[in-house]
Amino acid sequence: MGDDLAAKVMAADKAAVAQALNLVEDRRAEAHDRVAALLDALRGSDRAARGHRVGLTGPPGVGKSTLAAVVARELRARGRTVGVVAIDPSSVRSGGALLGDRARMSFDPADQGVFIRSFATAGDPGGLSWAANAAVRVLAAAYDVVLVETTGVGQTETDVEHVADTVALVVQPGSGDVLQFLKAGIMEIPDVLVVNKADQVELARRTVADLRGALHNVRAAGVLGGEVPIVSTSARDVTGVGELVDVFDAHRAALEDEGLGARRLGGAVAWASALFRRAHGEHGVATMGGPEALRARLAEGLRSGTSPVALSQALGAEYLETVRSGPH
Amino acid sequence: MSSRKRERDRPWIMRTYAGHTNAAASNALYRSNLEKGQTGLSVAFDLPTQTGYDPDHVLARGEVGKVGVPVAHIGHMRALFEGIPLEKMNTSMTINATAPWLLALYLAVADEQGAKRPDLRGTVQNDVVKEYLSRGTYIFPPAASLRLTADVITFAVDEVPSWNPINICSYHLQEAGATPVQELAYALVTAIGVLDAVKATGRVSDEDLGRTVGRLSFFVNAGIRFVEEMVKMRAFVELWDRITRDRYGVEDPKHRRFRYGVQVNSLGLTEQQPENNIIRIVLEMLAVALSKDARARAIQLPAWNEALGLPRPWDQQWSLRAQQILAYETDLLEYDDLFGGSRVVEERTRELVEEASKEIDEVLSRGGAIEAVESGYIKQRLVESNAARLRAIESGEMTVVGVNRFETTEPSPLTASLDDAILRVDPEVERAEVAAVAEWRRGRDAAAVQKALDALRRAAESGDNVVPASIAAAHVGVTTGEWGGALREVLGEYRAPTGVSGARVNAGNGGAAAAEVERLRGELRRLESALGRRPKMLVGKPGLDGHSNGAEQIAIKARDVGFDVVYEGIRVTPEQIVASALEEGVHLVGLSILSGSHLELVPEVVRRMGEAGLGDVPVVVGGVIPEADAERLLAAGVARVYTPKDYALNAIMADLVRLMDDRVSHG
Repeated sequence: MGDDLAAKVMAADKAAVAQALNLVEDRRAEAHDRVAALLDALRGSDRAARGHRVGLTGPPGVGKSTLAAVVARELRARGRTVGVVAIDPSSVRSGGALLGDRARMSFDPADQGVFIRSFATAGDPGGLSWAANAAVRVLAAAYDVVLVETTGVGQTETDVEHVADTVALVVQPGSGDVLQFLKAGIMEIPDVLVVNKADQVELARRTVADLRGALHNVRAAGVLGGEVPIVSTSARDVTGVGELVDVFDAHRAALEDEGLGARRLGGAVAWASALFRRAHGEHGVATMGGPEALRARLAEGLRSGTSPVALSQALGAEYLETVRSGPH
Repeated sequence: MSSRKRERDRPWIMRTYAGHTNAAASNALYRSNLEKGQTGLSVAFDLPTQTGYDPDHVLARGEVGKVGVPVAHIGHMRALFEGIPLEKMNTSMTINATAPWLLALYLAVADEQGAKRPDLRGTVQNDVVKEYLSRGTYIFPPAASLRLTADVITFAVDEVPSWNPINICSYHLQEAGATPVQELAYALVTAIGVLDAVKATGRVSDEDLGRTVGRLSFFVNAGIRFVEEMVKMRAFVELWDRITRDRYGVEDPKHRRFRYGVQVNSLGLTEQQPENNIIRIVLEMLAVALSKDARARAIQLPAWNEALGLPRPWDQQWSLRAQQILAYETDLLEYDDLFGGSRVVEERTRELVEEASKEIDEVLSRGGAIEAVESGYIKQRLVESNAARLRAIESGEMTVVGVNRFETTEPSPLTASLDDAILRVDPEVERAEVAAVAEWRRGRDAAAVQKALDALRRAAESGDNVVPASIAAAHVGVTTGEWGGALREVLGEYRAPTGVSGARVNAGNGGAAAAEVERLRGELRRLESALGRRPKMLVGKPGLDGHSNGAEQIAIKARDVGFDVVYEGIRVTPEQIVASALEEGVHLVGLSILSGSHLELVPEVVRRMGEAGLGDVPVVVGGVIPEADAERLLAAGVARVYTPKDYALNAIMADLVRLMDDRVSHG
């Protein structure tokens, strides 16, 4: 059944994609093997290998979901299919979430080339949704480009690096705090910087100049290698969107020559290690020889073709065996 | 000197908000209302007309002739006022995004009747800001809308000088949950935004600004707390006088007068013991009639049975008689202002003025009304206020007679046959209108239509006033959908913030209701374990109805008890709802419809759900749905129907949990 579902996902059958996403969200123990089997089956996807995963992150209110919608529309106009993962925070008190991104992303419901799924961060404090890692892999097997739009608070910016080939940080004109964070190294330097709401022309121009200055300082300190492109967009007036897609494509093309494999492997290691830590805690990590040793084992396993979910399960079994077989 | 006056004051203009089915049926209704002593007309347009679509557009499905009259072209406008001389009438039109167009059609018919424009009296609502916040019939982005608003105002001030070219609405803000302070503040910042936009056109000289300010009028709500509401009107008078003097330098006190019309509150009308509503309506009318210094210029009253469905002519007559008794039988109009010098009234007025001024400054510091709409600030405040109001009713903190107190009742003879106690629009009406508009298009001079639409597009692009081009288009038979289409091409379309995402999580202020929320959260955790993931719900508003309060409150409540809630905002098609339900992997779909189009739209959603393989996902519906219709919906496969009498949101949530439980145990 896993193979059958995987084949339909790879054929971009919407009902199958939806079903696969429901499955990867399922936290019941009995679902884990099926999730592992599905993700293993999807690893062979040629589309996923050739495709592009783009993360959009940034503070709340900068217009990320509207921007994601116009970027998706531009990609459709260029003949590419698009999957969107939109992540909103869950309420700590109720456990529920209002998933409002769809309201800003209306698409022709008959278009088979675009698929939008909203996720709540659920129990992951500040981070990407538990299921988002797997969801990105499902959508990458079905669609040419996967856009991941995050809540932009807390842990997500570093988490999004682990699922995206290209990370774009979206800010709005006059975001002084972002500037300070970048300079102070509190915020990771993204692959692309986007100044959205550039319809506020004068303020946007100044913000771009300030960002250039800040990046220059960081580069001078030797932290940063290459040039970080800065693109001004207006999701409202749909300006700068074509340029932004060109910049994304250029970043992806540059990765093709070097770094894509390493980057995706690094992301998979981080995810597998998070899965292992979630199941077995610090004791598990220590038993496997500490975080570095665990990561090395995971990288080795991943290179040999196992999926992160299956791999963390296998190492988990090994850990439990060690615990059972004697005092440590 | 005696406090009694020699002469009675002239009564306010008495109207009833009316229109349905088609132009001929509405014309007959208007004529009979005028015969009963109504002194003005208030035209209700159907939703396709309000949102710039012809009857044959996909989104018009189920909506034609439902909440008002369809006016797709000059032929309809002609028929609507057949035998009613426009130069003698005072006509109020509730029309906003398409206001330039409906005013153009009205003026074109006045031209045909030979009426002189300076003799025309009436009002176009023309306030799009509150459409983004509450009523939902906006089309264009805020800045473009404000420009069209200014077009109508500057045109009317020059050409139709006795016309009120805008009715700035606080009415809908209260319907969306606004407190008196919020109602004052947000209506007045809207007025400031409008006047700033008018000034920015450069078409009004400084000398003419006073005359323009003098033509602005307001459309206000009055709720059941009628003392505070009366005071609110006095606060409006004071604040507007101050704003027009200090911000716009208007010297003539006549031009600074706060002129307003009223529709009293519909939000507080109950489905339970609905006959009590006539008493509520009368008390609310007192709030706007009692103070001579702040009396309404025009009053329209809802009907006692609005929470049940569309009112019949007799229901509307009952409300009109209430106005006539107050104006002609009582001695109210024989006295000067009753409250000047009252310590209590003056103190409370001062408090409202101060608090509202603070909130006005807050919005202005955020860049003004348009910015506060685009950022979702105002919407979020309103959604929160409404949630607080509903919690107060549910907890019993606020008494609603017949709803949460004194619920036992004798059977009411008025609702003995509930299905006869409302008006029904024949479903054949829509088919006839669809055929007729195609026929109309065939019968026109196609070249003249093209030329008129090109001129309209050019005016929209260049920033010229679109009203003259619209009048020319009206004369050659352009349709409402064509007018809307041309302007959509040039100005673009807009989706407003829903206001729900930022709403704070709130379990209530202790007590039984809060305990119930905690219990429900436990239920949701239990369901999460059983389902493997958190129960997820889609809240959808199919059709053109923009009254989103119900959908928003359900969405927020569902989140507060622990659902993951996907809310897409207003104006989605059944096809979009089903696509979203599939992609999002929801366990439950909730639909909200208040326009009466439920029998057309809901079964279509259910049918398409089945076709998409989602037949096992329950669909529930909320809205103003008569009992017989509810049975038909249940027969069509709907799992639950909720109506205004289901005011207790916790009870609805408990019901949804039971529904999910059935599903878990069956599969």
